[in-house]
Amino acid sequence: MSSSGRIQVARVVLSKDLRIERRSKVLTSQIIPFAVVTLVLFAFALDGDAILQRTAPGLVWIAMLFSSMIIVQRNFAVETSDGALDALRVAGADMSAVFWGKWLALVMQLLVLEVVLLIGAFVMYGIEFRGPGVVLLVTSSISATCGLSAVSTIYAGLASGVRGRESLLPLLVLPVASPVLIGATRAAEAAFGTGGTVVSEGWPWLGVLSVFAVVFSFGGSLAFGPLIDD
Amino acid sequence: MTIDTPPITAATQRRGTSTPATRVIGILTISMTIWLGVFGLVLSPADRDQGDAVRIMYVHVPSVWLAYLAFIVTALASGVHLFGRRHSLQADRVAGASAEIGVVFMAVTLVTGMLWGRITWGVYWQWDARLTTTALLFISYVGYLAVRGLEGTREQRARRSAIVGLFAVLEVPLVHWSVKLWRSLHQEATVLGTDLDVSLDGLMLFSLFVGVVAFTLLFVWLLLHRSRMLTMLDLSAESGLESALAQRRAEGGASA
Amino acid sequence: MEPHVHASGSPAVELRNAVALISDFPALAGLDLTVERGEIVMLTGPNGAGKTTLLRVCAGLTPIARGYGRVMGADVSIERDEVRRRVGMVAHSNGLYDELTVQENLEFWGALIGAGDDELHQAMSIMGLDGRLASVPVRGLSAGQRRRTAFAILVVRRAGLWLLDEPHAGLDSSARDEVDGILRKASAAGATVMLSSHELDRAQQLATREVRLAGGVVVGDER
Repeated sequence: MSSSGRIQVARVVLSKDLRIERRSKVLTSQIIPFAVVTLVLFAFALDGDAILQRTAPGLVWIAMLFSSMIIVQRNFAVETSDGALDALRVAGADMSAVFWGKWLALVMQLLVLEVVLLIGAFVMYGIEFRGPGVVLLVTSSISATCGLSAVSTIYAGLASGVRGRESLLPLLVLPVASPVLIGATRAAEAAFGTGGTVVSEGWPWLGVLSVFAVVFSFGGSLAFGPLIDD
Repeated sequence: MTIDTPPITAATQRRGTSTPATRVIGILTISMTIWLGVFGLVLSPADRDQGDAVRIMYVHVPSVWLAYLAFIVTALASGVHLFGRRHSLQADRVAGASAEIGVVFMAVTLVTGMLWGRITWGVYWQWDARLTTTALLFISYVGYLAVRGLEGTREQRARRSAIVGLFAVLEVPLVHWSVKLWRSLHQEATVLGTDLDVSLDGLMLFSLFVGVVAFTLLFVWLLLHRSRMLTMLDLSAESGLESALAQRRAEGGASA
Repeated sequence: MEPHVHASGSPAVELRNAVALISDFPALAGLDLTVERGEIVMLTGPNGAGKTTLLRVCAGLTPIARGYGRVMGADVSIERDEVRRRVGMVAHSNGLYDELTVQENLEFWGALIGAGDDELHQAMSIMGLDGRLASVPVRGLSAGQRRRTAFAILVVRRAGLWLLDEPHAGLDSSARDEVDGILRKASAAGATVMLSSHELDRAQQLATREVRLAGGVVVGDER
């Protein structure tokens, strides 16, 4: 398949996923409320304004990680409920293009979630957005999201193909995604100035997150087809 | 296309997985382990600060190095399976056996690390770079073993596992990098001397070397036995296939 | 809309001693079968005989562990991707996205393979899906209408070999007749059709050949 053909396939898969999301509104009606409830539960569990403000970036990203499991499982349930993924394979669609399409759809969904969670943390945990930190915050969040989406898409593809093993997904993704959690949280802390950190301390983390994102998204695009094949 | 028939070698023809080679390695392993005991427990000096507790290091450190070696072997074997023309199932069996051994070594590392911390500092766990990384990688490879256990034909399982194995090894430097960077932020004294901050004099270094040699021999011995066992399991499944085919056709004949 | 023609000299399906494994169970136990172009072959046999696996092998979804297979001129072991492009399969599932409308599902497939709008409209009208039905989400369709949507996709893809796993299942009598009509039209347009069914009377009327499976091999073959 030519590269323009591949881009077309990725674009078609992406717009299909986004359209389904718009129709079913799973993100807005189920996932976002779930994530916000998680933020509230953290407040009950940790019980203290200072500690909440101090740990806010970590709490936001833990909520992100768990929510992403739910979102990506849903994204693949859409494919397997009526055998659409099989149909895509039979049609000989380029699987790496399908990967990129689903990856980008997940990135967009997670970015929306991230914005909501940051607003939630601003309101409920009292984090402060500092001018100098905004660039770091935005870039680190985007690269963390790209890396997380890549890992989730790869392993969700694997888990969805095997009957009754969806529960394997968190075990596979969460350890592998731990550099993302560490990096995103530390970068966010530097951006917010939590615990006396300076913005400049956050940039090395952007390096970690970017390498992770590149390795897993390009690796994933190559691995996706063989991984879901019979 | 035929099913990849496992090689009928001297090892798999017999009832057990031992061969002259493994017996030699086994004897060497035992003798090196005895030497390790002698050097580690008796001949090498106690540490100035930690006393005799430092001797746990002679098991803890070689164990973690061998775990990494095992995972590298898994990655190489996974690569051979995926990219080799024959997509050799033997490579896949080696990858699986090596990962199992690696996970065991990682568990030993964690347990000895916890003991060491308990004895020296009174705490079972420290969020230092080595223990944290070890714990994360331990869980990752447990996940790899879980993927190996998923249903499917042997070729399917092998391909899936090989891909996950390669991702798992790609992840090792990333985890190291992020955890190291993380701990460096806190500038705490690395307790447990797990970054080998324990000042090692010549004899201690030599004992460590003995430990590494002993563990490497142990790894090779375990790997040979375990991959052969996996080969024999596959062989028996293969002969099981013949009877399954006959049985399957018979059920057709009966109802035709 | 005629299916694409590939390697027209060769049979649609050629399997020799095919063994296919599901986990370690031999679903196909050394099966031999040749299907010529233009045939309508009905696969019958008890449940568990291997009909679904046979269809999946022909679709290039399930590999064969032993034996030799060529589907639409492509080798099922070496050129599995090519096999997939030349065939279409509709199983118990239809391969549709529930949240999208009929039109949107077809547009998705059209965009994937580069088919134009007129081809999509043509396929939809052949299947009686133009008009009101086009903008109904698949979720709201009857089983028969979903089947027709899946068939429309096969038409758009110009699949030369139609592999259908129990296409009559879940349909009422008139919908089943509809399916048979569609399959005859597909065959007339040049597609080869292989379907599995438990409906033996339909087999007589619709199919040119009945292949009976049991225990993973062919035990009966009648034209």
